[in-house]
Amino acid sequence: MSFLTVRGLETFYGPSQALFGVDLDVNEGEVVALMGRNGMGKTTTISSICGLVKYGAGSIEFLGQDVGPLPSHRIARLGVGLVPEGRRCFPNLTVYENLIAAARPGDWTLERINNLFPRLKERFDQYANTLSGGEQQMLAVGRALMTNPRLLILDEATEGLAPVIRQEIWAAVRDLKRTGQSILIVDKTLSELLPVADRCVILEKGTTVWTGTPAELTTDIENRYLGV
Amino acid sequence: MVRLSKENGLNCVLALALLAAPFVATALDEPFYITLATRVAILAIAGVGLNLALGLGGLVSFGHAAFFGLGGYAAGILASHALNYEPILSSPFELNGTTQMLVIWFVALLVSGLAALLIGFFSLRTSGVYFIMITLAFAQMIYYFAISWPAYGGEDGLSIYVRNVLPGVNTMDPISFFMIAFVLLMLVILFSSMIKNSRFGAALQAARQNDERLATVGIHPFGIRLTTFVISAMITALSGALFADLNRFVSPDMLAWHMSGEIMVFVILGGVGRLFGPVVGAALFILIESVFGGISEYWMFYLGLVLLGVVLYARGGVIGFLAGKEKHD
Repeated sequence: MSFLTVRGLETFYGPSQALFGVDLDVNEGEVVALMGRNGMGKTTTISSICGLVKYGAGSIEFLGQDVGPLPSHRIARLGVGLVPEGRRCFPNLTVYENLIAAARPGDWTLERINNLFPRLKERFDQYANTLSGGEQQMLAVGRALMTNPRLLILDEATEGLAPVIRQEIWAAVRDLKRTGQSILIVDKTLSELLPVADRCVILEKGTTVWTGTPAELTTDIENRYLGV
Repeated sequence: MVRLSKENGLNCVLALALLAAPFVATALDEPFYITLATRVAILAIAGVGLNLALGLGGLVSFGHAAFFGLGGYAAGILASHALNYEPILSSPFELNGTTQMLVIWFVALLVSGLAALLIGFFSLRTSGVYFIMITLAFAQMIYYFAISWPAYGGEDGLSIYVRNVLPGVNTMDPISFFMIAFVLLMLVILFSSMIKNSRFGAALQAARQNDERLATVGIHPFGIRLTTFVISAMITALSGALFADLNRFVSPDMLAWHMSGEIMVFVILGGVGRLFGPVVGAALFILIESVFGGISEYWMFYLGLVLLGVVLYARGGVIGFLAGKEKHD
């Protein structure tokens, strides 16, 4: 079953057009990697899905519902959980408050978040702005999971983190995949991203130019669309 | 187990000091100070109300006098009709006034809650200086309405000849009336603490930090702000109803913009967002008013100096200065 269906998405920032026709599907239990060089429209696509940017043309359906007219909080309540780029926690709330502020009933509880990221448990009473970058990222993932999303969107979740912390985040992503969590993920570390992805979608200049499985991703395609 | 942090310890001392004040005043045969302590307790309730909106939600409302005054007028109007044996409404059905405090408080909460729902619905679409101005504008509208409404005294205000009644309590006895105000103050502080430590409180503080981020986790910031604004207004109205009973008089002054300013001063002096901040703020305000007010009619000058000192050198207010930076329990 297709959770998320994006067709012909065109998004504008004022007079400048950022997306020129993005097509994307995420099915139930699937991990989809959204790829492309910097500035090709990955974050804009995610922002459009989450209702943070209103799109001009095309369609976005989540669980069969057109999310175009919905404000972002309603889209989130439908089951879209976003971990935004740049580990954006609520800095002046404690770890515990960050996690419970948005909690909704479901399988994901504080206990499960603790099991996924044991580091967070040790920091429950600390303000988010006193955490390391890696811990903030874990908190951002934990906070999104506490909303019990049907689809988790990770935007550059490992960017700027120490290698050992990246490994923890990737281990968590693999755990989530094993539990059947649907994930749309943007990340530059192809060596980690490709083994976890079921399908890849490549954007070039705001348009979907290639879709396929990681096995179908040839060096030629990689060089053409993902190389520096 | 509850940890007794420095702030919790200070809060206990403050509560006990306020509770002891009227008894010490009685022992020293200075009954005037019982009234002062009662004023502190009542005005602190208004501060606790504003502190929810301002301290937790970051909503700088400059119109809380509207709710304070509505609470006062609820008490005044209901009591004056009951005492004069004149029904408020005679058709299509008869609606009589009352001197029962519990009914008056309920009406004060209801009226202010509805007013806050309406005012908040429009005001909360703005933020920053626009929010300050629009809340002020609404309060001034109600103020001028009260002035121009002769049925309830207009500019001269409205007297309540006898203090309203609460079953089992002699409300005319100053200490008993103080205890009513004190118990209500403790209850609203407890309620405020429960909100602060709840999921709702966390979301409210998150909304203050970043609207968009909160929306992406499925919470509509406008909804929780409006709810907070209404609760905050209702607490302030309760204070207004008690204030009317304390003075046995209601006037448009309770609705005036300087009353909004005073409530805000209680919060800032004591410490924005601190649980007992409004108690310290109201106490300090009334202390300065009664001490310097007896010396000079320009006592507000000295209040200004203290406020300046707090804003410049003690950003967390008196509580912040004494108990340090806020810590979560």
